[in-house]
Amino acid sequence: MASIELNKIVKQYGAVTAVHGIDLAIEDGEFVVFVGPSGCGKSTTLRMIAGLEDISGGELRIGGEVVNQREPKQRNIAMVFQNYAIYPHMTVAENIGFGLYTSKLGKAEKDARIRETAKVLGLEKLLERRPAALSGGQRQRVAIGRAMVRDPAVFLFDEPLSNLDAQLRGQMRLEIKQLHQRLGTTIVFVTHDQVEAMSLADKIVVMRDGHILQVGAPMDLYNRPGDIFTARFIGSPEMNMIGATLRDGRPEFGANSGSVRWNVGEGVPSGTGERKVSIGVRPQELTLMTADGGQSDFLIEGTVRVAEPHGSETFVHLDLTEGSIVARAPSDRVYRPGEKLCFAADGKNVRIFDAATEKLLH
Amino acid sequence: MTTAPASIVTAATKYRFRPGLIVAWTLLFIGGIIMVTPLIFMFSTSLKSAGQIYDLRLIPASPTLDNYIRVLSDGRFVRWFLNSSLIAVVVTVSCLFFDSLVAYTLAKFNFAGRKVIFLAILSTLMIPTEMLVIPWYLMSSKLGWLDSYWGIMFPGMMTAFGVFLMRQFFETVPNDFLEAARVDGLNEFQIWWKIAMPLVTPALSALAIFTFLGNWTAFFWPLIVTTDKDLYTLPVGLSSFAVEQSIQWEMIMTGAAIATIPTLLIFLFFQRYIVRGVMLGGVKG
Repeated sequence: MASIELNKIVKQYGAVTAVHGIDLAIEDGEFVVFVGPSGCGKSTTLRMIAGLEDISGGELRIGGEVVNQREPKQRNIAMVFQNYAIYPHMTVAENIGFGLYTSKLGKAEKDARIRETAKVLGLEKLLERRPAALSGGQRQRVAIGRAMVRDPAVFLFDEPLSNLDAQLRGQMRLEIKQLHQRLGTTIVFVTHDQVEAMSLADKIVVMRDGHILQVGAPMDLYNRPGDIFTARFIGSPEMNMIGATLRDGRPEFGANSGSVRWNVGEGVPSGTGERKVSIGVRPQELTLMTADGGQSDFLIEGTVRVAEPHGSETFVHLDLTEGSIVARAPSDRVYRPGEKLCFAADGKNVRIFDAATEKLLH
Repeated sequence: MTTAPASIVTAATKYRFRPGLIVAWTLLFIGGIIMVTPLIFMFSTSLKSAGQIYDLRLIPASPTLDNYIRVLSDGRFVRWFLNSSLIAVVVTVSCLFFDSLVAYTLAKFNFAGRKVIFLAILSTLMIPTEMLVIPWYLMSSKLGWLDSYWGIMFPGMMTAFGVFLMRQFFETVPNDFLEAARVDGLNEFQIWWKIAMPLVTPALSALAIFTFLGNWTAFFWPLIVTTDKDLYTLPVGLSSFAVEQSIQWEMIMTGAAIATIPTLLIFLFFQRYIVRGVMLGGVKG
């Protein structure tokens, strides 16, 4: 096991900078997930940790030692790739054993390690099969087995679940989490799927355009996103954003003033003058009001455009005077297009972001 | 009851009555006959005695295996057969190794001038052997390689065609495989040998077949570089049958028939690789 430190890590491809001097500390045994849209630099960062990409600037430490110039094999890491990268010309046993190719262990010991790994991953009966005869989930397990068998200090996962169907993805997610709980090895996991990030991570690193936007525990990021991008990226459906103007500490909703009402409490940035802001509230934090909303701090009223029943809940898309929002509603009734609905939220759950800098104000 | 087969009937009808297809099949059939006739004639002549060879009937009046016994009991023929085998095998192994090594480097490593080097190698395909023979001969003469196995083999030990063919295949090998091996601790040579090479087996088979057949039937360069009859390859040796004595067609045809056997066997067993190789590497005679 080992900690990982990234100090001002930069990656440049010619004149293009893919990663802009990022700093990050990953604790020993931590499960860290890099999340962000395509091209945000998350895979590049992972590949720099693996030693598959040269580091253009900064310092990378694994287990306290600077490893910038070390070959992948000298870093005591193991990596699981998006396409599994299990060799089609080798059996499952040979694939798992390949992780021990350079190991000085004896044959009997290697065999024992392969069997032990196969047992943990439920591959014992498949050891003589070739990858072509395996399902997607089994192939992924073989890839994990090849990484596990070496007992590395760090596991690196590069979008390992993106080629699986939704059901299998959920199952493998669970298995990876259990594996981490059992092994306690440091894991760095890259994904563009926020559900994976939320459900797996001890710590999520949100990246965009080669920068780290926010680092934190999943629920911290969910509850206190530092900016609009993180607020929208984490959580599904994404956070609603309603344009407003903050005048002398009071929000004004312009064209939406008939649809949105907010009796602001304490903590809202005061001061004089006006400032363009975005008011953020999650669909799950809205509650359907049966009457006129009573004494709720935050009320929002709109017309149903479309309703998506999910079984246990229904997500209702509401048109406001300007723009639209999504709200979670009970699934015990039918919501018809054109119907007027009113939702309330606790003022504590309503966030204010600066429209220009996109940073959280409140 | 008739609904299900309707589409099948339509497809079959379409297939049967397309005029373009009839023309194509007819042309291919005629082409096939033209290709096969000399071979059949060769085998037929090899079964005729000296007096019957100008009797152009395909099935000999009194077939005999005497020619085969005479050819195979002639020590020179066996020697040429072995020479051809040795040269074809060594050159094939060499091509598989070096062409793949170069192709892999060009396909999977990023370095300055990679494309230029590939184009330079590829451009040598445009130079006909006839133009290269004189420089090869001068080089062999200066280095003392005339009348030696090495002299016969060296021009073919690495080929631009092989590099081109293998590069196309290596391009299709996902980088993840190679990177996984790199993380697992293999060095670059091991990655090539243990991971990349097994993944391009179809291409290696195609290249092996092309190279073997090309060298098995090589005539022009071995004829020029050798004067020692013990070093003749089979095609050169067979041609000498025609020159040194009165032309013994039945002996030439028998020798050629025996020389064709490895080619036929290879084609029979590795047909699908040959077709795939031709499709991938363009056409190579």
